[in-house]
Amino acid sequence: MTDKLVTIEVNGQELQAEAGIMLIEATDAAGINIPRFCYHKKLSVSANCRMCLVEVEKVPKPLPACATPVSDGMKVYTRSPKALAAQKGTMEFLLINHPLDCPICDQGGECELQDVAIGYGRDVSRYSEGKRVVADKNIGPLIATDMTRCIHCTRCVRFGEEIAGIREMGATGRGEHMVIGTYIEKSVDSELSGNIIDLCPVGALTSKPFRFNARAWELTQVEAIAPHDSLGSNLNLHLRDNKVMRVHPKDNESINETWISDRDRFSYEGLYSSDRLTSPMVKKGGEWKEVSWEMALEMAAASLKEIGDGDQIGTLLAPTSTLEELFLAQKLMRGLGCNNIDSRLRQGDFRMDATQNSVHWLGSSLSDMDQMQTVFVVGGNIRKEQPILAHRLRKAAVNGAKLHYLNPIQIDLNHRGDQDVCTPGEMAGRLAAVAKAAGVKASGGGASLLGAAKVDESAKQTAANLKAADGALVMLGAMAQAHPDYALLHTLAAALAEATGAQLSILPTSANSVGAQLAGAVPHLQAGGTAAERAGLDTLRMLKMPRKGYLLLGVEPGRDFWNGSLSMSALQSADMVVAISAFRSPELEACADIMLPMAIFTETSGTYVNAEGRWQQSRGVVRPQGESRPGWKILRVLGNLTDQPGFDYIDSQQIHDELHKLCESSTLDNKQAEPQNLEPLLSADVLLRGGDTPLYACDPLVRRATALQQTQDAGSDTIRLHPQEAARLGLDGSDTALVKQNGNQIDLPLQLDERIPQGCVWISTGLARTSTLGQPFGEVTVEKA
Amino acid sequence: MTVTVKDKTELFSPQICAEIDRWIAKYPAEWKQSAVMGALMIVQDENGGWLTTELMDRVADYLDMPPIAVYEVATFYSMYELKPVGKHKICVCTNVSCMTNKSDLIVEHLEKKLGISFGEVTEDGRFSMKEVECLGACGGAPMMQIGKQYYENLTPEIVDAILEGLE
Ligand code: SF4
Ligand code: FES
Ligand code: FES
Repeated sequence: MTDKLVTIEVNGQELQAEAGIMLIEATDAAGINIPRFCYHKKLSVSANCRMCLVEVEKVPKPLPACATPVSDGMKVYTRSPKALAAQKGTMEFLLINHPLDCPICDQGGECELQDVAIGYGRDVSRYSEGKRVVADKNIGPLIATDMTRCIHCTRCVRFGEEIAGIREMGATGRGEHMVIGTYIEKSVDSELSGNIIDLCPVGALTSKPFRFNARAWELTQVEAIAPHDSLGSNLNLHLRDNKVMRVHPKDNESINETWISDRDRFSYEGLYSSDRLTSPMVKKGGEWKEVSWEMALEMAAASLKEIGDGDQIGTLLAPTSTLEELFLAQKLMRGLGCNNIDSRLRQGDFRMDATQNSVHWLGSSLSDMDQMQTVFVVGGNIRKEQPILAHRLRKAAVNGAKLHYLNPIQIDLNHRGDQDVCTPGEMAGRLAAVAKAAGVKASGGGASLLGAAKVDESAKQTAANLKAADGALVMLGAMAQAHPDYALLHTLAAALAEATGAQLSILPTSANSVGAQLAGAVPHLQAGGTAAERAGLDTLRMLKMPRKGYLLLGVEPGRDFWNGSLSMSALQSADMVVAISAFRSPELEACADIMLPMAIFTETSGTYVNAEGRWQQSRGVVRPQGESRPGWKILRVLGNLTDQPGFDYIDSQQIHDELHKLCESSTLDNKQAEPQNLEPLLSADVLLRGGDTPLYACDPLVRRATALQQTQDAGSDTIRLHPQEAARLGLDGSDTALVKQNGNQIDLPLQLDERIPQGCVWISTGLARTSTLGQPFGEVTVEKA
Repeated sequence: MTVTVKDKTELFSPQICAEIDRWIAKYPAEWKQSAVMGALMIVQDENGGWLTTELMDRVADYLDMPPIAVYEVATFYSMYELKPVGKHKICVCTNVSCMTNKSDLIVEHLEKKLGISFGEVTEDGRFSMKEVECLGACGGAPMMQIGKQYYENLTPEIVDAILEGLE
C-alpha cells in the first residue's frame, strides 16, 4: 500500500483516501454508513454477503464497497435508487432462509441483521416457500449455536483461520446445503473462541452462559480492565440490577485491539460463585463464627501486633490484586517491621533478588510485539498463558518473524515456529548452548553450563536469527519463572540477549505483576520500584522457614502457590493467619484464623499496571456482595488500628496518586548485576515432574468460572507421560498411577502423550488434586497404583 | 489410557501412504494440503467407496491440516461419499440434456428393478443409486456412470444389459 492519497466523492461529499484501500474503509473513516455483514476491519475481505452494494458512476452494476478499491475521481452513491434497490434485493435474499425468530433469539435488539433489515429491507416478506433448517451441534460450554439463523458471512470461519490460528469452524456442503459449523460434534477449543460471538452478525453464535438471561436493552455498559493476565485488556461490562451479566471487549488498538480472551470474557461467572465470603469470620475452637466488621478488624490488628517481631510475619499478596491494595498491604506490613512481602507466588527461584533493583517487565511495548523479527521464548506456552499477547506474536510470525521455543513440553503452536523440547533438567543447558552459539563467554552465573554446553545446529540457528533480526526478543515465560533454576535461566537469557542485541523480556505473569514491583509488594523492592532498604524473605523462604503469622491478600493456600503442599503446611502451622479474601475454600478455612471479606473485580476501584508498564484504572461499578468491602478500605483501617501514620485516605485515587508520585522516576528494566556461582539445582538425570498452570487455574476468580472450568483448557488432574516412559516405568496398560513428591502422594489417572519428553512426567499445578503435591518442576517417583 | 499424537506412518497401510506420498510430491512442500483430494480418493477407494469421519481425520493428520478443512472438501465435491455405497455406484445424470432425453424413465426403471431410490443401497450391497449433475456427456444423453465407466444413449433395455454384465 502506498501513502498516496486519492480524492473520491461519496454522495456528493469529497473525501481523501489512501490509494488502494477499500471503499468501505474510506466511508467508515468518514462516518458514512454502508450496511455490511461479512466485512470486518480485522478480517480478510470475502465479499460474499453482497450487503454493501453501492452505485459507482460509470459502472453498470452495483459494486461491493468492501471489495472495491478507491481510485482517483471515483464517484460513489450509497443511497441512490440503484444502490437502494441492490441493498433491498440482497436483504430479501438473505432473509429467505432466516427463521425470523427474533422474539426468542438472544441477539434480538443488538442484531446486525435486524438493524439492517429495518434500515434497508422491505416491510413485508414475499417469500412463502419452505425454509431450510440446520441441525445444531454442541460446540462446547461457551458458545450456543442456532445455525438456522446463520447467513453464511463466514466471519467466524475467517476468525479461526486468521486470528485464532486454528480452523475449527468451516463451511461444509455446498449451494443450498452449505452449512457453517464444526461438521462433527466437537467443542471449539481456541482460547479466543468467544470473539466469534461478537463477530457473528446474527444470533447463530451467542454466549452460552449468558443465554436467555437478559435483553440487550436492559443492560448498562461500563468500562473495566481485565484482572487476569498482564495485558490489561479493556473491557465493557454489561450490567443489570447490580450484577455483571456479561463481558465484551472494548476496542483499544494498542492493547487488545478488538478482541479479548475467553478467560477475560467468561471469568465474571466466578463473581457469583456460592463460596463468596460475605461476612467477616473468626475461627473459635475450630468453628467459624460470623462477627462484626469492627470486631474482626480489631482482632486482626491486635493479633498482627501481638506477634511483635515483624520478621516473624509473612505477607503473601495475590499478583492480581489492585495496585492500591498491594501498595497499602506492603505499607501496613513494613510499618509493622515486616519486610517479608511477596506476590510472586508461582516463582520457583529467587536467587537473583539480591542483585535485582529494578522492575522487571515485558521489555517492549505491546504494539511493537507484532513488529518483532525474531522471538525466542524460553519456558513459555504463551497461547495458554496470555492469549492476546500470543495473538500479537502470531501476527509477527505471520509477517515472517522467526519464532523459537525452548520448552519442557511440546506445545500446540498456531503459527510457524521451531520447538526445542527437553526435560526440565536440561533446559538451562540447552539455553546455555544457544548463548554459547551467540558468543557468550563462560563466566559469571552460568559459567559451568556455558563451559559444558554443546552447540548444535538448532542452537546456532536460534542465535543467528536473534542476531540477524531488526527487533528481537528473548522472552522468559511462566514455565521459566516457575523453574527451580529460574535465576540461571534468567542470567543466561540476559547474556544471550546482550550478545545478540535482542531485548530481554520477562513476561509478567499476572494482571499486576509489574504493579506489584512498583508498589513494593516484593521483598527486594520498595514502593517506587527501587531497592528496599531492608530486604525480606521471598515467598519460598517464607514458607520453608515458617513464620508465626501470615497476612494473606486474595490468595488461596494450596492452589495459588508454586509448592501447594508446602504452602498448606506452613500456613497451617502458623499461630495466626489473617486472610483478606473474596472467597472461602476448604484450604483457606483450614489455614486461616480470621477471614475478612473483600470486594473484587468490578466491585472495587483500582489500578492495574500492565506488562508494558501502562497504568489503567478501573472503577467499582457494582455493589460489593454481602458485607464485603474494597481491599484498600480494609487495609486502611488495619493501618489505623495498628496506630500507623499516613493511613487517612479518603478514596483509592489518593492512594494511586501517592504511589504514582513515588514511581515518577522509576524505570522498567530487565538488566541486573549478575549473581555469581549459580549452580543448577535441578538434576538432569532423575525422573522429573514438569508442570504448567492451566489457563483457567491461575487465580481464584477464574477457577470459579463454571463454564470455563468445563473446557479443555481448564486442565485435568492427570499424569501425562510419553508412551516409552510409561513402558520404562512399568506402567503399560495401567489407567492410574501413584505419584510421590516431597513425601506427598496421590493416585492420578494416566494419559499417554508423545508431547512430553522422556525422563519427565507432566502434572499441572493449581488444580484441585495436584496442588496437594509439590512444585511444578522437581523430582518425583511414579509407580503402579 | 488415552493416547495423544499419532505416528504418521501408522495412520494408513504402507501402500496407501506411498500412494498419498505420490500426490504430495506433485506440489511444493509447503502446499502439502493440495494433495487432499487425491488422498481422499485413495482412502475412499480402499474403504469400499466411502469415507468415515475417522478416515477424514487421518487424512487431516497425514497432511497436517485441520480436520474441518478436510470435511469441507469431502462435503463439497460429489465424488466423495460419506455414507456406505453399493459395490457398483450407479450415478444417473438428471441435468438438462439428460432430462430432455428422458432420464426420468431411466431413473424409474432402475428404481423398479433394484428396489431402491437415490441415496440408497440394495440389501445385498451390490448396487447404490446417486443423482448427479451434468457429467459432460450431453451428446450421449441420457447417460449414467458406474464405477469409472460412462454409459450413454440409455434405454431401459440397455440398462438391463449393462447391469447383467456387471459382476
Ligand atoms: S455463524 Fe454467524 S459469523 Fe459464522 S457464518 Fe454464520 S452468520 Fe457468519
Ligand atoms: S460486506 Fe461487502 S460483500 Fe459482505
Ligand atoms: S446433462 Fe447429462 S451429461 Fe450433461
